[in-house]
Amino acid sequence: MPDDLSNSAAALTNHVWPNDDLQLIPDWVYTSQEIYEREVERIFHGRTWNFVALECEIPQPGSFKRSFVGPTPVIVARNNDGSIHVFENRCAHRGAELCRPQVGTTKEFVCPYHQWTYDLTGNLIGVPFRRGLNKEGGMPKDFRPEDHNLLKLSVTTRRGVVFASFAKDMESIEDYLGPAVLEDFDALFDGRKLKLLGYYRNTVPANWKMYHENLKDPYHATLLHAFLVNFGLMVAGNKCGTIVDPSGRHGTLASARPDEKLNVDDDSKKQMRAFKEGMKLEDERFLDYVKEFKSPWTVTMQTIWPNLITQRELNTLGVRHIVPQGPNEFLMIWVMFGYEDDTDEMTRHRLRQGNLMGPSGFLGLEDNEAMKFVQQGMVRSVSDTNYVALGDREEGTTHKIITEAAIRSMYRNYRGVMGL
Amino acid sequence: MPKDLEAVPPLPASVRELRLEIEEFNTEYIAVLDACRVEEWPRFFTDDAFYIITGRENDDANLRVGLVYCEGIGMMRDRALAIAKSMMFAPRYLQHHVNNVRILSVAGDGTIAAQANYVLYQTLVDEKTTIQQVGRYYDRFVRRDGRLLLKERRCVYDSLIIDTAVIYPV
Ligand SMILES: [Fe+2]
Repeated sequence: MPDDLSNSAAALTNHVWPNDDLQLIPDWVYTSQEIYEREVERIFHGRTWNFVALECEIPQPGSFKRSFVGPTPVIVARNNDGSIHVFENRCAHRGAELCRPQVGTTKEFVCPYHQWTYDLTGNLIGVPFRRGLNKEGGMPKDFRPEDHNLLKLSVTTRRGVVFASFAKDMESIEDYLGPAVLEDFDALFDGRKLKLLGYYRNTVPANWKMYHENLKDPYHATLLHAFLVNFGLMVAGNKCGTIVDPSGRHGTLASARPDEKLNVDDDSKKQMRAFKEGMKLEDERFLDYVKEFKSPWTVTMQTIWPNLITQRELNTLGVRHIVPQGPNEFLMIWVMFGYEDDTDEMTRHRLRQGNLMGPSGFLGLEDNEAMKFVQQGMVRSVSDTNYVALGDREEGTTHKIITEAAIRSMYRNYRGVMGL
Repeated sequence: MPKDLEAVPPLPASVRELRLEIEEFNTEYIAVLDACRVEEWPRFFTDDAFYIITGRENDDANLRVGLVYCEGIGMMRDRALAIAKSMMFAPRYLQHHVNNVRILSVAGDGTIAAQANYVLYQTLVDEKTTIQQVGRYYDRFVRRDGRLLLKERRCVYDSLIIDTAVIYPV
């Protein structure tokens, strides 16, 4: 690592942070190909735990899922003994992305090109015509299949969530998350078995970090999301928390809806242009909250560095898997779930409330639109910095709502890892 | 494999009339959506109708999640109101092209099971036209006061990777 640092630092001399106080974020953090490549190397392929699957997606021995660590395609497979293995989705022979279905069940992975065959742990177990045909051709005598297994990643799980890392000596996922972030993670993954409800997939023409920042930004919630305000889910006066782990990378955006009807004072109404008096839902089941979690919060959105969002929005639950596609676009894979012991009515409640989220969600689609606008602004303009000074210079956990403290914490960590 | 491919019985000539009626229904439905008159959209449904937009991967695996998931006309009206009055998104034009209407069955109580293919073109006012979705409607129609209404419309899209957001119903 230190060698790479000095080598690639030379190549990035154009990228000098404007000043040291983190109130100014330069556009090139979001738009530069060089920066992106360093992020893949140091962050996604570095010392991080990356989300790859929920265990309920790969329930049986032989179940597999096509997934990603950063932009890198991997296979997540459950072996016959129940253990979970993650390895590159790249044939050791000619590099083909060999696994094509998104999910499935198999005994082994066969590359369709020349039928090199791998077991459920990524070990090479078959090479056709290894000894040639009629004693002619074939692999060299010193060919050892065990030297040509698929590249294997470290794997860990926590409460049914599967993480992988290219680093060999990662700390435990618990230490990686830190106690405060772990507490809200465990409130969602509370030991009940998960029941898969389905997928959404969408691209957003924006930098992948914007998604983290959007969920470390309580300021936008009552301004962009008129729905929250107009229909009384959240107002600027809600009890709110922006929790940051000691490293600054991870966070929880939490809010607690009071039981009584929300009252918006006149000054707040004026500040929130989107507020419209007298809008009312015809079917208020969208907003029902069935208390089922050991948590003071009714909503927690967790940003787990570098590629996972956990969503507990009232009773609609899911994880969002961020797959960067270069500096200017990311793919978002939403995996929505409930719990195995849910009644049919509870499942339907989660599905109805699911209208809030996803790429057609009342909130989800607005976030996607807003991030696209930000990226376009940065790519096309002459001006070149983002100004994030709400809450002045504070960083770390805070209970203010009008603050960008958690974004500054994220960039404190980022600049260290990236050497910027 | 389209669902119910084997299920279609040979249909009598009178059913051709019905297919024409459904084609007319879809034409009116699409005219409303293409005009972005979203608040009129719920009137094509019965009060207890079910409406969902979901990816084919979910439909094939019997996973119940919907991009849009409405139980009853109230939820449809709420979504229509939110789109028309409250939500933030870039201005755009939409064109739906619906064809290949098939009548799958007519039940004893008059409920008609039908399907149709759709293509949804989206033109953001500052971008080139794109295909936003290619999909299929799986419908259940009933007759109320002589008019057809949707009791169920399941919009199942092949285009699993959505570009940014799907704003309007399809
Ligand atoms: Fe948001």
